[in-house]
Amino acid sequence: MFNFDAILKSISEVATTILAVALIVAALETLLYFILVKWMKVKNALVYMLVSPAILGLLVLQVYPLLWEGYISMTNMSLSHFFNFSFIGLKNYVRVFTEPVLKQVTFFPLLWRTVLWTFVNVFFHVTGGMILALLLNREMKMRGIYRMIIIIPWALPQVVAAMAWRGEFNYEYGWINIMLQRIGLSPVQWLTSPAPNFIAMCIVNIWLGIPFMTVIFLGGLQSISGEFYEAAEMDGATNWQKFWRITFPIMMPVISPAVILGTVWTFNTFNISFFINQFELESSDILVTALFRAAFQYNRYGFSAAFAFIIFFILLAYSVVFAKTTGALKGVKD
Amino acid sequence: MAIKSTTYKNNTSESKPIKRRKESFFHAGRGDSKFKRLIIHLILIFYCLISIYPLMRIFSVSLRPGNRVLSTDLSIVPPDATFENYHKVIYDQGLLQWIWNSLAVTITTSIIGLIIAATSAYAFSRFKFRGRSTLLIYLLTTQMIPTAMLMVPLYILAIKLGMIGTYRGLVIAYAVTSVPFSIWILKGYYDTIPTELEEAAIIDGASPLQAFWKIILPLSTPALAITFLFNFSQAWNEFLIARIILGSQESILTWPLGLNRLMGQYLVQWGQYNAAAIIVSVPVMILFLAMSKYMISGLTLGSVKG
Repeated sequence: MFNFDAILKSISEVATTILAVALIVAALETLLYFILVKWMKVKNALVYMLVSPAILGLLVLQVYPLLWEGYISMTNMSLSHFFNFSFIGLKNYVRVFTEPVLKQVTFFPLLWRTVLWTFVNVFFHVTGGMILALLLNREMKMRGIYRMIIIIPWALPQVVAAMAWRGEFNYEYGWINIMLQRIGLSPVQWLTSPAPNFIAMCIVNIWLGIPFMTVIFLGGLQSISGEFYEAAEMDGATNWQKFWRITFPIMMPVISPAVILGTVWTFNTFNISFFINQFELESSDILVTALFRAAFQYNRYGFSAAFAFIIFFILLAYSVVFAKTTGALKGVKD
Repeated sequence: MAIKSTTYKNNTSESKPIKRRKESFFHAGRGDSKFKRLIIHLILIFYCLISIYPLMRIFSVSLRPGNRVLSTDLSIVPPDATFENYHKVIYDQGLLQWIWNSLAVTITTSIIGLIIAATSAYAFSRFKFRGRSTLLIYLLTTQMIPTAMLMVPLYILAIKLGMIGTYRGLVIAYAVTSVPFSIWILKGYYDTIPTELEEAAIIDGASPLQAFWKIILPLSTPALAITFLFNFSQAWNEFLIARIILGSQESILTWPLGLNRLMGQYLVQWGQYNAAAIIVSVPVMILFLAMSKYMISGLTLGSVKG
């Protein structure tokens, strides 16, 4: 049941971590206080003192590793060249596009598959979430119960959900095939053949992602004043017109950041595509799982670092273009 | 937004009782026919079934005795239901140890992350300073970094600092990665609190820090709760970084690693795996559902404004 040493170890490690963080923050603040307030007499020194712990953390654990990753991406580091790696310039970046990323699969099929994966998922997340939110946004019995049950897939830990679904896609014992057989169809090889496996991944991820969008959209819908609709009804608008002329435009500030975040999260979803793809079919890999395998199964560290940067820049470019066209980032300038 | 028909408003404003407010809040439900209501209920019930069925199946498998874990039976409570799997997974496997480890890491992480994010978000929300928008955009950009991207450098960093197989590296890594998103949520919420409140306090002689502590923090309880919940569930469910930093010594695993190990052992453990999954998920789900009311206001207030 319990391992006493392990419990002591966890308590002492957690306690020392808290202490260390507190000491570092205290030291940083004192240092800043003397430099900014006493020495340089900066006017809004408080701001920098408030922001500095977050900045320091991000510098050490994100910026520094990223810069280092940038350096690795220009070397031939791998398991056999772990210490004696050498600088090879931009060769890795060329290789990502010209060589197979894993055993067989190359970059562009992976990219198209990821784009398809992201598009299908976000499309169903947004439409499903919007339909459920519209249905729930009314005075009705059991509203609270529906809302609570609909949130469940989001509340369920992802690893648990992924493993449970993988069990359900089992050829013989999963309920999906059992149901298919009961209604007279033939069972599907969900885990071993390429296309069904990809569809299985999509089903699971759509199921997981709808609750988040429902919650966000429901919150947005509730803030729309009923007067708009009353006025529209007076003018004889149909429900369809009311949705596209009133609800949709007013909801845009809610929808567009949700779409950006949803796209980025789906693009980077690791757990689902990793666990549902039990037999490591290369035909089911998306960019991030391929990245993981290139780094930790094939141990091509330099190559996978370059690969990682390419993925990152694709996402960045997408987000910048999307944010510019929809104005989703207006909040930054306020 | 120019659709407001003023004549209509004038005609009805006198006869409008106060109760009207609530009705217009749920405007969509007013004129529905009985048939339409029935259809809506049916759709929602159908979707609720889809939502909850996989969870029911986990529960169902966890109740099956070890010798017929694999079966094509679809009933939720099997005829020969037993808690044998629960007993085994608690007494024979290290499940409680794994949960304890996860709790220790997760709670520490969420608290450290929340304190760091709450203070910086205040600076972003209330002060103009050089580099503010650059930093905000940077924080948003970090959301685009795939976890797998940071893993090689983090792994090597952890080796260099001697943090492999310890919780120290894990706690700090989780806390820091949760900060950017937390700052965005909290900043969005702080933005909705009128500045007049603090200005009044500052005129009365409070420092900006006191104003933050006494006014902003108590008013943002919903957002703080959501942020805590987000950080909590993210760290609680994290698999990749834990796998790389903690290694494979059984007694120090967090529960996702432990469960993965159960999966790996033999096919027979499927029942125990499902029992463990129920034990691990139910408390988190209750926490999540209990806070779902806050969730709506905490998440959207920020995004509607931002």
